[in-house]
Amino acid sequence: MSVVSVRDLRVYYGTPHGPVRAVDGVSLEIQEGETLGLVGESGCGKSTLGRGILGLLPEGAAADGEVVYGGRNLVTLAPRELRELRGPDLGLIFQEPMTRLNPLLRIDDHFAETLKRHEPGIGDAEARRRSLDVLGKMGIPPTRFRQYPHEFSGGMRQRIMIALALVLRPKLLIADEPTTALDVIVEAQILGILADLKAGFGTALLLITHNLGIIAESCDRVAVMYAGKLVEEGPARDVFAEPAHPYTRELLESTISLATTALHSIPGAPPNLLEPPSGCRFHPRCPDAMRVCVEREPVELRLDGDRRVECWLHGPEDQVSDEGRRELVREEIAIADEA
Amino acid sequence: MSNSGTSLKTYALTRLALVVPMVLILLTLVFLLMRVAPGDPISAALGGHVPASVINQIRHQVGFDKPLYVQYGDYLWDIVRGNFGTTITDRRPVSSIIVENGGATLELTIAAGLVAITIGVVVGLLAGRYRDTWVDVGGRMFGIVAYAMPVFFLGFLAQLFFGVYLGWLPVSGQASPITQAFLPVHTHILFIDAIWARNWAALWDITRHLILPAMTLGIVIGGIFIRLVRVNVIRSLKDDYVEAARARGIGERSVVYHHAFRNALVPVVTVVGLQMALLLGGAILTEETFNWPGIGQTLVKYLENRDYVGVQGIIVVFALIVVFFSLVIDFVNAFIDPRIRY
Amino acid sequence: MAAVGAAARSSRRGFGSRLRKLWSPIAETQGLARVMLVAGAVITFFFVVLALFGRWIAPYGFSQYQAGGHRFPQLAPPSGAHLMGTTVESDDVLSRIVWGAQTELKVVVLALVFSLMLGVPLGLLSGYFGGVWDRGLVLVMDAFFAFPPLLLAIVIAFLLGSTVSSSVVTAAIAITVVYVPQYFRVVRNHVISLREETYVEAARALGARPFRIIHKYVFFNVVQNVPVIATLNAADAILLLAALGFLGYGVQPTEAAEWGYDVQRALSDATTGIWWTGLFPGLAIVILVTGITLLGEGLNETINPVLRKRRVVKVVFPGKGTGRVE
Repeated sequence: MSVVSVRDLRVYYGTPHGPVRAVDGVSLEIQEGETLGLVGESGCGKSTLGRGILGLLPEGAAADGEVVYGGRNLVTLAPRELRELRGPDLGLIFQEPMTRLNPLLRIDDHFAETLKRHEPGIGDAEARRRSLDVLGKMGIPPTRFRQYPHEFSGGMRQRIMIALALVLRPKLLIADEPTTALDVIVEAQILGILADLKAGFGTALLLITHNLGIIAESCDRVAVMYAGKLVEEGPARDVFAEPAHPYTRELLESTISLATTALHSIPGAPPNLLEPPSGCRFHPRCPDAMRVCVEREPVELRLDGDRRVECWLHGPEDQVSDEGRRELVREEIAIADEA
Repeated sequence: MSNSGTSLKTYALTRLALVVPMVLILLTLVFLLMRVAPGDPISAALGGHVPASVINQIRHQVGFDKPLYVQYGDYLWDIVRGNFGTTITDRRPVSSIIVENGGATLELTIAAGLVAITIGVVVGLLAGRYRDTWVDVGGRMFGIVAYAMPVFFLGFLAQLFFGVYLGWLPVSGQASPITQAFLPVHTHILFIDAIWARNWAALWDITRHLILPAMTLGIVIGGIFIRLVRVNVIRSLKDDYVEAARARGIGERSVVYHHAFRNALVPVVTVVGLQMALLLGGAILTEETFNWPGIGQTLVKYLENRDYVGVQGIIVVFALIVVFFSLVIDFVNAFIDPRIRY
Repeated sequence: MAAVGAAARSSRRGFGSRLRKLWSPIAETQGLARVMLVAGAVITFFFVVLALFGRWIAPYGFSQYQAGGHRFPQLAPPSGAHLMGTTVESDDVLSRIVWGAQTELKVVVLALVFSLMLGVPLGLLSGYFGGVWDRGLVLVMDAFFAFPPLLLAIVIAFLLGSTVSSSVVTAAIAITVVYVPQYFRVVRNHVISLREETYVEAARALGARPFRIIHKYVFFNVVQNVPVIATLNAADAILLLAALGFLGYGVQPTEAAEWGYDVQRALSDATTGIWWTGLFPGLAIVILVTGITLLGEGLNETINPVLRKRRVVKVVFPGKGTGRVE
């Protein structure tokens, strides 16, 4: 059973120079209780995708396509009804926990506000009980319930944020780089909590990050994004063991581990989303690029083992001519100016 | 349990300790400024026709014949004991000037301050919330023009319209002479004295006299507040916790009023305190315009008469008031915003 | 990409395109900020013209009460001969307005120059070198800052009145004393935050001498703030000068016409319903200060990133499956 079904979602930002295509036709499904990792470089549109699902986009952004939840398309839903869903059905936690809590309000006020907003009949005692219950699961003791945000460390604030998101038992929690601003030890704790969501709360998780290691540890499935498009998707273990898309492969090779002897990086820089490259967006940096990659955008292919990929290397055979299959010869990529 | 109680106390003590050097410097500054002027202050104050013996006598009384460092010591010691000097021209102790005329200035500044805060906060909140709509544009223009308006010009216009053309309100003085003659004086704040004596006719008369000066000064200062509150509201609405609240489905109204506005007003409290300085300056001008018998008018009189001691004494008191108020504001701030306590 | 190329090119073309980069946020302003900027600039420009060319614009001298052997009428309402009426001393109000513009701008520009010459270098040096001098200077500046501005200005004008011959200079100095602490504080704070920037640290680590660092990195950065502050300060300064004039401690009537002084004289006229002697000088103050404030606020909106609102263009989604860039 899929909780959320994203179909051909596009999110563009309007600028005087034309639309910036942050998310350009992405489709994916998130199953009940599953953890889906969304990975990609900075600026590939993964944050925008996460927020686009919730409809929490800044001024000047517009969305098109379908995000189906509970039989309704969130993209076309009235803002008021969408607001009703945020909290009890869909949750979002952010990257920077230090600034996400109102410094003038105590923690119990934050919880009371959230609970009373969505369950107006709830009594104070009940609200308190549920808040403490969730906080307890996050490792925050009841004695600290009445404290102010500035009295907590970054890691603890993130745990409070998670608790605040989970107290309403949403079906889907979107975590936008939840540990990027935290140190490694705290990161491990937070990831542990997030990994347990299915068991403890039955909540599906969309984990957005640029760190492959996190995905490998915590996620059931992984989706790889590049320049606003989803290039590959499938079970995490399989995708990492045998990446189908050259970009995924390059990403994996760039990861540093104790076994690394030489640094590997992908040449070039992420493309300009105002005027993306023609055809496959990765072609300027792809070591396996073919002629057809410049001419036409690859189509989505289903592979064995419940995987998807968008890459001419995998076909479909009948759409690629022999001419198109020839290796792409291109001039020396310009040395990247500072982005 | 949080330990905010003790940290507030510690903050209070630390802050008080910091006040002492500031006050010292202010007092020294005033002392030096007053002594910097060339020429002989005493004869300047008393005019040219007073015999030399009288001049020397008064100089001795005031202490101007002692060496500078002795004068400085006496000056500081006197202030600590609450003695701010005695004027040269009319031999009034400055402390009694403060008490007698201070009430009038207090009445004016409090009333004007209330007007200013009301205008500033209400218009500023609305302008920030409905940014770039007509509400915002109107509010901002009002704020800019109100501040561009010199207090004395607004007073002039007010006197012209409400006083002369419409004849609704009095344009001069704190109360009519009859009222003042029959009202027993307790606090020197006529408004309170009227309530004390349950003299409602007098209270009405006093209020009528207070309206124009208070509104005039209040509108001008309110103009500044509008700009300030608006900027803070805009900044608050962009803050991260506001976005996080929206992500939890908190309604826009709640977000604006409970989160953004409250946080926006925090720095405003500080600036309200800083505007005390502007209020005092504005009070001087307002008192001159409306013939209001406050300390401002008194100061101008002593300036005209070149009464150095009078001028010095009043300025010292003003400076101390400003310092006191910034202290109060800091405490209020620490109370509101738990992050500030050391 | 475009921005990157432009940056590379600018280092070759230098000043011209640096100016263009400076101009672009102004060109991109939308709606209100732009209106404020333009309106403010026009109003300010108008008064600057009045000030510069007053000699040829004003019908009469600033304290001229007669012409061609006839004394002007006293307290005459506005008419063909005297467009804004006359004062109790038979001066032509319109002329006094025009000459007043010159006075206001003269004093304010003088005060601005003094303040910048004092406040900016002091702030730079104090902020960069720190130490005991810095602490002392900060304490003194804060003390001045704590004073009610009008009070401080009055006292300075009062004290200097007998020594300095030109009341224009006296008023300018009084205003300078009030505003130097502001410039000092702003510049110093900015320098301190810059001092901690990594590129300055790097320069220090490479052994660059302090003056070189200040000159190359710190100065221009800090100076960028100055125009907005100076503009808003100029508005304040005019109000301060008018207030001084009102109280009699500003520019003396024997030396030049001053709007604040005129309003003070007009107060007694108001009791008899005479409006033109006070309305016009007062309006002049309001309009000029409003103009300068609009200019400053407009500049602030464009330069300050917190407040800046980029022009937002409605997004149109191209048809599906084209895969082409529109």
